[in-house]
Amino acid sequence: MRRTLGAIVALLAASILIFLALQVLPGNAASAVLGRNASPRAVRILERQMHLDQPLATRYVHWLGGFVHGDLGDSSVALAQGATHAPISHLISGPLKNSLILAAITAMLMIPLSLGLGVLAAVRAGKPTDHLISLSSLAGISMPEFVIASLLVAVFFVALRWLPPVAIVPPGGDPLSAPKELVLPVATLLLASLAGGIRMVRAGMVEVLQTEYVQAARLNGLPERRVLWRYALRNGLAPSVQVLAQNLQYLIGGIFVVEAVFGYPGIGSTLVEAVGNRDATLVQSVAMLIAVAYVLINLVADFLVLLLVPKLREPA
Amino acid sequence: MKERLRFLRRPSGAIGAAILLFIVAVAVLGPLVAPHSPTQPLGVPLSGPSGASPLGTDYLGRDVLSRLLYGGRSVLGLAAAATILAYVLGLSIGLVAGYTRSLVDPMLMRSVDVMLCFPPLLFLLVLIAGAGSSVAVLIIGVALVQAPQVSRIVRTATLEVSVRGYVEAAVARGERAPAVLVREVLPNILGPVLVDAGLRFTYSILIIASVNFLGLGLQPPNSDWALMIGENRSYLAVNPWAVLAPAAMIAILTIGVNLTGDAVARSLGRSYVPRTVRSVAT
Repeated sequence: MRRTLGAIVALLAASILIFLALQVLPGNAASAVLGRNASPRAVRILERQMHLDQPLATRYVHWLGGFVHGDLGDSSVALAQGATHAPISHLISGPLKNSLILAAITAMLMIPLSLGLGVLAAVRAGKPTDHLISLSSLAGISMPEFVIASLLVAVFFVALRWLPPVAIVPPGGDPLSAPKELVLPVATLLLASLAGGIRMVRAGMVEVLQTEYVQAARLNGLPERRVLWRYALRNGLAPSVQVLAQNLQYLIGGIFVVEAVFGYPGIGSTLVEAVGNRDATLVQSVAMLIAVAYVLINLVADFLVLLLVPKLREPA
Repeated sequence: MKERLRFLRRPSGAIGAAILLFIVAVAVLGPLVAPHSPTQPLGVPLSGPSGASPLGTDYLGRDVLSRLLYGGRSVLGLAAAATILAYVLGLSIGLVAGYTRSLVDPMLMRSVDVMLCFPPLLFLLVLIAGAGSSVAVLIIGVALVQAPQVSRIVRTATLEVSVRGYVEAAVARGERAPAVLVREVLPNILGPVLVDAGLRFTYSILIIASVNFLGLGLQPPNSDWALMIGENRSYLAVNPWAVLAPAAMIAILTIGVNLTGDAVARSLGRSYVPRTVRSVAT
């Protein structure tokens, strides 16, 4: 409960930060959109459309109030191009769905893979399997997504001609209708994110496997598999849940670059494009949406850890 | 000094240091030995490797090798500037918060909470959308993303050190707070701070490279490695070297920094390894 409150306060502060960065820093969002050569009249009209003529605090309350009710406002670039009504919620609903699909597929593969490989490395600690897993995950953790993606495209498209180098989905189309296009984006995200998860699961498990209760369970003659999954994993998992949450959060960040690399029409490529166009209102609402998702993942992870490890549940 | 270089005895430390040395050499000496201009076209765009240009030409016909040799400066320079700025901010806030335990402390912790609401890249993109793209925005943005976490690490280390005998002795001698911080506290938290600085540096490289790759950071005709990858990506099939060469440089640079950081952390002993999130209760 206290944590939820803290999260809400942090989100409020974040919303102020986003708002200030976009509405105050450059001086005027309207002239940023229209470019340097815009006539003062055009700037003034757009200012009125974007409600820039009102005081800062009023605009902030208006935006946040709308946001909470699901009204994300209008895209400032679309307004500048002459549209009278360009609701952001319409602009981003398609990309949002595409991004969720990409993230869900990656997460479904990432969680079992990082748990499985992490436990394997912990059980085989110090043996060749462990070294192999650690070494290859180090390479993954080191490289930025766009480098991994470029290397994958070089191998699987240029050299082998197996997989397409882009994942373009027509507007309103279903990304799942061309599963081959999703292979490289998902693989890139996995390679970039697995390393951290594996390392943490391994570290947690190695520690737990040396504790007395695990030794006791072994000495009592319980089969190793039961010791591992029933006794060790439960406590070894507590830090891992955190890491998996971090990985999901990472996914939200990594998806910007990966979507842009493969031309995948998701929320990340929408944001990157909006930043390029300096579409203040669009960036503002998408950024806030992502911040909310980010914080929610944290809360859910905290809750899961409490479920897993009764020891941490404090008496009120 | 010998003590400090102990990490070189580990194979990972030696390899990592060698890689770093190589990259720094490329960045510093590269422009001196580059055979051609990094911005002037040399010949047919996207031609393969030849005698005149060992890595071929890029999509505008510029020599890939020369651009590679010029491109290291911005990669290392921007990341170093951002990391140093993050440390100037983080070190001063963290020291004050940890030592005085004044109002700065809760404010610091809350600001860390707020920064944890965003993916770091998102924060940077929002800043660029607001302030436009420039070298200054890149450096300040990356520093702002990192400063809260730096100050948190400094704060924790300072809290631990500030109750030690030598600090209390200095206070009893009547030394002022700034003197105590600089002479007693700072030298004793340097271990964990240096390890963290290595991590932050890699991190700065990664995030700046990502922004440059997206075309939202440094602008053409700059020969930054990430920018080179972004520019030539569509022509990967025609002259793959225009993409693979800068990609390889970034890859070995980040692996080198990681290997070195790992080795330094280990040679300083377990206590200096940055603690991971152990549980939510703590």
